[in-house]
Amino acid sequence: MEPIIKVEHLRKVFQTTAGEVAAADDISFSIEKGDIYGIIGLSGAGKSTLVRCLNLLERPSSGRVFVGNQNLPDLPEKELRRVRRKIGMIFQHFNLLMQRTVLDNVCFPMEISGVKKKEARKKAMEFLKTVGLEEKAKSYPAQLSGGQKQRVAIARVLASDPEILLCDEATSALDPQTTKSILALLKEINQKYGITIVVITHEMSVIQEICRHVAVLDQGKLAESGTVEELFHSPKTEAARKLILNAGSQIQQMRGKRLIRITFSGQSSFQPVIGNAVLLYKTPLNIMYADTKDINGKAEGEMILQLPEDKITADKMIAYFRQEKLGVEELENVG
Amino acid sequence: MWDNEMITMLVDGTWDTLYMTLMSTLFGYILGLPMGILLAVTDKEGIRPNVFVYKILDFIANLVRSIPFLILLILVIPVTKAIVGQSYGPSATVVPLVIAAAPFIARMVESSLKEVDQGVIEAAMSMGAGTASIIWKVLLAEARTSLLVGVTIAIGTILGYSAMAGVVGGGGLGDIAIRYGYYRYQTDVMIVTIVILVALVQLLQGLGMMLSKKLDKRRA
Repeated sequence: MEPIIKVEHLRKVFQTTAGEVAAADDISFSIEKGDIYGIIGLSGAGKSTLVRCLNLLERPSSGRVFVGNQNLPDLPEKELRRVRRKIGMIFQHFNLLMQRTVLDNVCFPMEISGVKKKEARKKAMEFLKTVGLEEKAKSYPAQLSGGQKQRVAIARVLASDPEILLCDEATSALDPQTTKSILALLKEINQKYGITIVVITHEMSVIQEICRHVAVLDQGKLAESGTVEELFHSPKTEAARKLILNAGSQIQQMRGKRLIRITFSGQSSFQPVIGNAVLLYKTPLNIMYADTKDINGKAEGEMILQLPEDKITADKMIAYFRQEKLGVEELENVG
Repeated sequence: MWDNEMITMLVDGTWDTLYMTLMSTLFGYILGLPMGILLAVTDKEGIRPNVFVYKILDFIANLVRSIPFLILLILVIPVTKAIVGQSYGPSATVVPLVIAAAPFIARMVESSLKEVDQGVIEAAMSMGAGTASIIWKVLLAEARTSLLVGVTIAIGTILGYSAMAGVVGGGGLGDIAIRYGYYRYQTDVMIVTIVILVALVQLLQGLGMMLSKKLDKRRA
């Protein structure tokens, strides 16, 4: 499939009193049409800068940002504004117009693009129905909950009939329950309207919930990218490992000798691998943590094990797990 | 001494004061509003930063505001004569009042617009809104409560300034207070004018605040 977004050698440098800081440093990646693509990193990793370079709210210092086949930094201001209408964006703090009703908020992008008022209102009501808030049309944003505000923001984005939707920490100000419902809504509009979604977050759970592909940012650099499953089973970089372990918050506090993290997907859970290992090597294993996650509709499991003190047995166990096609990583310095 | 003549004079004075205040506020905003918008927009944190334009407007605003109103009143007499044809009376007073009020209004508009949430401006930009749309539909619309509070403050301040114009025969209640209360030692007349001035300020202030509260949808 053809990429809808292609970023090549993107670099964004900020001048600070302490000198130059590269918030984005030689970043290249591409996103396919219809994908839900996650960009994850700890705060300060450069996520917000990167996403703002995708619609040129931030102008890159160098590099190319193709949306469709247009390189955005090359476009004149007027053309750029037209392209932006096809790239919707939602925010952590919703950024609704507080002095307008919900309905008028949804009408806003249509006002900008010159849609007739009557038609705009009719369309806006439809989009409010899509997000399940048609009876709040006459309310003001201040009267809504956080989740409802984000729904209005999503309806507002739909009103500009976008091809791409950028979500900048869109669920970070919401509680877990509301986060789930907003993510479900995003998934729905991805399927219903075929909108390509780019999700910026610091939470691995958000990525695992809706994304198909993911890029890990670390200090302005792209640490690694691939499918969400790949990242879950075999993170290649320290930055990715940290983010995955952050997802199970208990793991952070675990300390001890020779901890390993094993991951398994649906098929391998038929085999009693842990039990077999204990029987085979006649040494007990300590299970510190276990969880299964639903990643793109597939059950994926992870466990943190403490291996026996004896190095030879421990090494043998690791080899055995690998042979059984489990993802295995040693956790040297967790937390 | 509380004859018809005196009452007519006070009524006319009140009317003149209102006329000067409201006309000056109107023209003050005709000049000050665009100036304030330009200040907010061209600021380095604004949506169209322009150091050159900002510095010039900034300088003008500070320059005019640093001249005491009483001195400005005398200083601009030639301008007043050129515009109105005479240098005394309510209409003539409007000229220095506008000159004094416009930069002050511009500053209030600037600060009101700068209160608008950057995130909302960013959201509008992400939707492809141009500078004009952002000014009209985001900045002015979102800041309307604060702008109205500004209008109320401007009216109160201009009303106070208009009374000062009485010193050079500006007309209105201030003029009456100075002529009767100060030159003729008729303290009772002065007190009556003060009471009317206080009542006017209270009334306008109350109206302005009521309106701005009614238009504010930011609270649930």
